[in-house]
Amino acid sequence: MRSYLPAYRLEAPRDLGAALERMAREPGVWKPLAGGTDLMVLLEAGKLPHLNFLSIWKFPELRGIEFTGEHASLGALTSYTEIRCHAALLREFPLLCRAAAETGGIATQNRGTIGGNIANASPAADTPPALLVYDAEIELVSAKSSRWVPYRNFHLGYKKMDLRDDELIHRVRLPRMNRGWKQYYRKVGTRRAQAISKVCFAGAALVRDARIADVRIALGSVAPTVLRAVETEKILRGEKPSQHVLHAAQEALGREIAPIDDMRSTARYRRRIAQNLLAEFWEKISA
Amino acid sequence: MPDRARKIRVECTVNGRPVILEAYAMARLLDVLREQAGLTGTKEGCGEGECGACSVEIDGALVNSCLVPVLQASGAAIRTIEGVANGERLAAVQQAFIAHGGAQCGICTPGMILAAVNLLSRCPEPTEDQVREGLAGNLCRCTGYIKIFESVIAACRQSERHA
Repeated sequence: MRSYLPAYRLEAPRDLGAALERMAREPGVWKPLAGGTDLMVLLEAGKLPHLNFLSIWKFPELRGIEFTGEHASLGALTSYTEIRCHAALLREFPLLCRAAAETGGIATQNRGTIGGNIANASPAADTPPALLVYDAEIELVSAKSSRWVPYRNFHLGYKKMDLRDDELIHRVRLPRMNRGWKQYYRKVGTRRAQAISKVCFAGAALVRDARIADVRIALGSVAPTVLRAVETEKILRGEKPSQHVLHAAQEALGREIAPIDDMRSTARYRRRIAQNLLAEFWEKISA
Repeated sequence: MPDRARKIRVECTVNGRPVILEAYAMARLLDVLREQAGLTGTKEGCGEGECGACSVEIDGALVNSCLVPVLQASGAAIRTIEGVANGERLAAVQQAFIAHGGAQCGICTPGMILAAVNLLSRCPEPTEDQVREGLAGNLCRCTGYIKIFESVIAACRQSERHA
């Protein structure tokens, strides 16, 4: 059933400062609304519980992709289209670009934002596994303060975030990647386009002298939040690629994830696919 | 639920004409275009951003109008299917859809054409993969996609001939 429109307020503060003031003055009353690709779906389905929103879509302070010597930094309103087409991101952070290109169709990519993807906190979102692999940090701002938090600590549980009522996501930054990382991303869904993932896998590995000097692995749709597979990484780190090590890592991954049966897939299928994707990643890094 | 919102005035241009729309800020651009601007060419399919039937362009970018609150269209230049033809002269994509059987029941067609026109404006000579990707957000439940892809490719060839 549709939502009752007169119950919903959406206002357009003149700038970010005004929006943050409003959120500070009336704590918990206002939530930001960016491109609407998640919230408007809930509205139409009659499932949008929150009633008061501030449109942040037009704030230039929240836009733009910048590179410094240490970081790539993306404003929270950076769209999937901007990410997937950005030459420097494509060179250095291909997993993020791949994830953006696999999220929805062109129309969704034009409106969906990186900050929205994070704040919607879906465990099945496509960009978070890439953000986890890149050790992303996010900047949270309020009228009074700003703080950077490691993205891997941001999701506290299913749809629970380290985000106060008066805060919103300002920027996302990724430490620059040294050359030589081998990177892998694969989303498995019912069809190639316009499908929410059954399992999504992002991995990067640094191989030196035939050993895995460093490795980062993250998955979506296999736990209440997107997940960095730290136990699996431990098994792999420092090892020479061998079937024995791969099997140990696959077992660790099977223990580390907690997939469920739902409308999109089954726990059993998801666990098997996650392990198969690990093997495919393995092939890529040992080649 | 209490009525807490009041209708707002949204000034924008639709198909090149300045208009003033009055609606609740959270109203879907789709509904406002259909019910207030009388532009019923834009269709509703799924109402959740999956099917692309409600595709329109906002400032040149393809969007699902079912997911845009009308407040965010303030000041924007919107193009709907009604703004694709030049008066009585159909655009190349529209002619190609007719010539190649790209339309059947017609519900997905306005969105398909907007997505195709938008693709060709960004990428005048798309590969077949680029056509597939450009239309990946638009679902058709009757023709299948082959005739639609053929129509888009044919439209590119026709544009080349006219260039």
